Amino acid sequence: MPHMKRLFAAGLVAASTVFGATTWAQAADQEVNLYSYRQPFLIKPLLDAFTKETGIKVNVVFAKKGMLEKIKAAGDNSPADAVLTVDIGRLYALKEGGVLQAVKSDTLEKNIPAHFRDPEGMWFGLTSRARVALVSKERVKPGELTSYEDLVDPKFKGRICVRSGKNAYNVALIASMIAHHGEEGAEKWLQGVKANLARKPQGNDRAQAKAVYEGVCDIAITNNYYMGKMMTNDEKPEQKKWAAAVRLTYLNQGDRGNHMNVSGAAVTKSAKHKDAAVKLIEFLSGDAAQKIYAEDNQEYPVKPGVPYSKLVQSWGEFKGDTLSLEKIAKLRPAASRLVDKVGFDDGPGS
Amino acid sequence: MTSPMAPPAAAPTTMSKADGLHMLNVSHAFGDHTVVSGVSVFVNPGELVCLLGPSGCGKTTLLRLAAGLEDLQVGRITIGEDTVADGHGGPQMPPEKRNVGLMFQDFALFPHLTVYENIVFGLAEKDRPRRQWARDTLATMGLGDYADAFPHTLSGGQQQRVALLRALAPAPRVLLLDEPFSGLDVNRRAQIRQDTFQILSRSGIATLMVTHDPEEAMFMADRIMVMQDGRIVQSGTPVEIYFHPKTVFVAELFGPVNRLDCRVENGALVSVLGPFPANGLVEGAEAQVLVRPEALNLSQPGATDAGTLLTVVSARSLGRSSHLTLSLEDGGDGALFNARMPGVFLPEIGSRVSARVAPEHLLIFPKPAP
Amino acid sequence: MPHPAAVADRPAARYLPARLIPDRWGVLTLAVALFVATPLIAVATIALTPAPDIWRHLYNTVLFGYIERTVTLIGGIGLGTFVIGTGTAWLVTMCRFPGRGLFNWALVLPLAVPTYILAFVFTDQLEYAGAVQGTLREIFGWRDRQDYWFPEIRSMGGAITVMTLVLYPYVYLLARAAFLEQSVCVLEVSRTLGKTAWQSFWNVALPLARPAIVVGMTLAMMEALNDFGTVDFFGVKTFTAGIYDVWLNMDNISGAAQLASVLMIFVVVLVVMERMARRGQRYHHTSSKIQALPSYRLSGVKAALAAVFCAFPILLGFVLPASVLLSYAVVFFDVTLKANYLTITLNSISLSLGAAVIAVAIGLILAYGLRMGSGPLPRAAVRFASIGYAVPGAVLAIGVIVPMAGLDNAIDAFSERVFGVSTGLLFSGTVIAILYGYLARFLALSFGTVEAGLGKVSRNMDGAARTLGASPFQTMSRVHFPLLRTSLLTAGLLVFVDCMKELPITIILRPFGYDTLATFVFQYASDELFEESALGALTIVAAGLIPVIILALTTLRSRPGHAGGGHP
Repeated sequence: MPHMKRLFAAGLVAASTVFGATTWAQAADQEVNLYSYRQPFLIKPLLDAFTKETGIKVNVVFAKKGMLEKIKAAGDNSPADAVLTVDIGRLYALKEGGVLQAVKSDTLEKNIPAHFRDPEGMWFGLTSRARVALVSKERVKPGELTSYEDLVDPKFKGRICVRSGKNAYNVALIASMIAHHGEEGAEKWLQGVKANLARKPQGNDRAQAKAVYEGVCDIAITNNYYMGKMMTNDEKPEQKKWAAAVRLTYLNQGDRGNHMNVSGAAVTKSAKHKDAAVKLIEFLSGDAAQKIYAEDNQEYPVKPGVPYSKLVQSWGEFKGDTLSLEKIAKLRPAASRLVDKVGFDDGPGS
Repeated sequence: MTSPMAPPAAAPTTMSKADGLHMLNVSHAFGDHTVVSGVSVFVNPGELVCLLGPSGCGKTTLLRLAAGLEDLQVGRITIGEDTVADGHGGPQMPPEKRNVGLMFQDFALFPHLTVYENIVFGLAEKDRPRRQWARDTLATMGLGDYADAFPHTLSGGQQQRVALLRALAPAPRVLLLDEPFSGLDVNRRAQIRQDTFQILSRSGIATLMVTHDPEEAMFMADRIMVMQDGRIVQSGTPVEIYFHPKTVFVAELFGPVNRLDCRVENGALVSVLGPFPANGLVEGAEAQVLVRPEALNLSQPGATDAGTLLTVVSARSLGRSSHLTLSLEDGGDGALFNARMPGVFLPEIGSRVSARVAPEHLLIFPKPAP
Repeated sequence: MPHPAAVADRPAARYLPARLIPDRWGVLTLAVALFVATPLIAVATIALTPAPDIWRHLYNTVLFGYIERTVTLIGGIGLGTFVIGTGTAWLVTMCRFPGRGLFNWALVLPLAVPTYILAFVFTDQLEYAGAVQGTLREIFGWRDRQDYWFPEIRSMGGAITVMTLVLYPYVYLLARAAFLEQSVCVLEVSRTLGKTAWQSFWNVALPLARPAIVVGMTLAMMEALNDFGTVDFFGVKTFTAGIYDVWLNMDNISGAAQLASVLMIFVVVLVVMERMARRGQRYHHTSSKIQALPSYRLSGVKAALAAVFCAFPILLGFVLPASVLLSYAVVFFDVTLKANYLTITLNSISLSLGAAVIAVAIGLILAYGLRMGSGPLPRAAVRFASIGYAVPGAVLAIGVIVPMAGLDNAIDAFSERVFGVSTGLLFSGTVIAILYGYLARFLALSFGTVEAGLGKVSRNMDGAARTLGASPFQTMSRVHFPLLRTSLLTAGLLVFVDCMKELPITIILRPFGYDTLATFVFQYASDELFEESALGALTIVAAGLIPVIILALTTLRSRPGHAGGGHP
């Protein structure tokens, strides 16, 4: 049975390699362990800049689910020092899960306006983003669509594209509608939007812009920075065509302002490298990092005085909804239930 | 794998003549289904005992109990002087310690080992004499060229011999054979049976064999034990079993018989085939008389000592003998008799023959009084 | 037939071995099965923690939609894998037509392609802007969507198609092995009784191969049940999608665990029903004669149809994705190369190899334990442990992390108190957690394969070995192990290939700074930027290719007496 022997031998070697490669928790404060909900390739420039400036190494694990449970289960022994998220929902869930600790930092308080951070200092917003409408330049006249409420207008029947109602960005948007109109009002609104959909909700935000370009629909609901990313995509020039077909429209400029969400960061309760973790968040809220966010990601820096990217500026001034992010986060389960109740993801005509 | 698996140190390298198998008052059940009840089997050294019975009568279970493949529930099993299993909370020696040879009905040859490797499976690496014996015996059995072949390339008969040799190789104290010939072609069976008999009688080993084929049992056995529904119904030499069956069941094991319902009248058993001696049965007693086909002696009618006249329904030659089906002359109740005559005896269909039965060939079973 | 007289003088209890209390093998089997099943038990435990009721809401809104779509999905995949897997297996084993030799092994290739990659490639090609529709528009002069109809790939149909193409090789492998084992005689008898080749297939060969085919379909359907990535990508809201929604959008992990537990119960019921339907259908081969397989020589149209039928799943399930990935890899190779390509490849391979060895060893222990005749308790525990395959990966990962971190913390506290040394997260913070997760997930693959292999070793062989002086251990090493070599290899390769593709468990359980090919690809895939990680995706496929080809060749040779022989 030489085959089997060899197989086992190979297995043993493999196993020892695996265990050998494992990084054990190190005591040095010259590193920080970061759980990230954002893709590492997107945040690498920021982290590299941080390491260059402070000499602190950042170990990243990227995941879209399970992080809260992992930190909770590990308790005091959890190796995670900080968490980076892409929406308010995760930040709030972490806080409610009891795995975060309050941070008191003058730098953070100076850099981040109060409505972009937790009053108790549990989490800090680093960028904000607006959920906007990308409308067909050809088929939607300026001023035709001015608010989220307009989306239920029968004249838009069969003309709206949006991704799944269960997507975190949409859940937050619907939560804000509940906050402003109550559950019943929000339900009626969601029902109306559903009736106006051009197709079953699907794909990501960019795919909605693409659908406008392809003539499937006239209005796409997306985060603002996707517009910027499509416009500047040299590797996939076809995306520039998608962007060229649409006009970015901020909504509710006449009243409460456009719905906003934040990406943010927090320090875990069990952080072994708390100082380094705080330093990282401070760095991310500082001028250099905020500029990278603005320029590379086309997001809105939270730090006052850091300019928007040229591109973002070209879309003009806008007014953001100042509704409490915590309130939005709290209403997420209700929003998610509303999506079920309305059958939003089943698409129009169902 | 080179770990030696020598038989127990006490086992001699030559065939032992001293060990017999004793199974005492053995009962066994699977769940609530009793398959063996109160059976005792003795096999003396050098003796070959056949357990004969239809399938499902519990005979294979007895073999597995003897080998240690089933845990003994009730009774005791000894091999030579050693108690190998005690059903009363006593020791259960595992099969590998018992030094018994067991040959399976399907032979159970190891498909990944060559013929030679199969045979020496139970031998220690350094057991030169037995290994040499295996090579020699393979050659004498005409399998020398197949030593390095894999079992699936062999014919059924060849596989049977390999399985037998494998069971014999570790010089077991007791040999157990489970339907050793049932997997073989009919035309080769006789020859292989003969060969096997030769090998076994040379080995002088206590052998317990299980079969449902009475002819096989007759041929091989020194003693036959007939099993029915988990019990031994009769035990004896082949001649005793054949000629003096204790029950109708035993008599009918050897093939279809002619059944006659009789009653004692005037000191004789009255039957359609004529009067038979009452054999001590009282007047008026009822009995079943069994006549084997070959005990029915037929002749052309018209001779002096005429028997019962029967009409020939069919007559077929089987080569060495002829098989006839006969009916009573008047065709009355439609009962048919089977007869077997030596050589060629093929009267015309519809013709009449005279039938006589020698009284010593009658099998008389009194019916219990109603 | 019980004889009252015989029973009367013996205590009846002696006839009834106490089966409920497991013997030594039973205890071992039970312990190992419980070890593997711990994550499942953890999920059930989480389900019991108090939480806001989700059932009323789900019942009133989406529950029946989830169920309907889930049943449609697994039903479609069951049917699809059955038709393709069994049909191709029959053609390549029983018929002769051009290309048969190639199809014989190439039909296994799609197994190496992760479902999410195939989903991406299909969408990329078949959506409006994709190559297919673009070409059609060019040929027919259509201008936009309003001019023609084209099936929507992001749909239930798309999900069924994609998963069927990746999962049918399970059915193919098992059905082919079953057909190869069938006695030719029964088929010939069927022909002489006036049945056509087609009727013989339908009435004789198929029922005989049913157990194997059902096992293959079960694997495919369980895999479809646990899938989230593909159905999410295609916008099909299945039960699994619902689990994630309750967990992440409604912040209700307990409710999600309740849904997952219902899913587990559903799988248990299905498995039990299938077993009961199969009871009494144990077929034994009545003829041990090994003959050359018959070959219905196909010609003309029939041969062409057979070749097309076999080529179609290979082209769509393997050639298409591989070439699309290759074309993107040429453009974007630097993205992958920059990301420690060699390290993550080595991570993937060593992790999968380690998991394969462990899963096979555990599968062997469990299959062996059950063979050694242990009672109903260990048997049930083993069956339960194998349903991890149907549980959504991320949920299972939470099931791994909770008890494991608990153990870690206990050890840490103990060590801190006694030795004053903190041991930290000994298991849950290392790749051991991933290996454990893989084991919990893929035991069904290794156990099932080993059990099937062991089932073919007749018990008389055990008896023969034992009476020839071999101890139980020696019987295992000298008889079972060599006879099981092919099964063990098959089990190991299947687990290896699946681990290479595995995503949710790896993502959640990996330590800091530890990436595999799958997690690397996911970074981009999760942003629908699949192309950029094409080299990584291609490497997953390539690494899966080698074992898949070994697999195809070994099972081909496993027929005793078949050309090439199964023996060294």
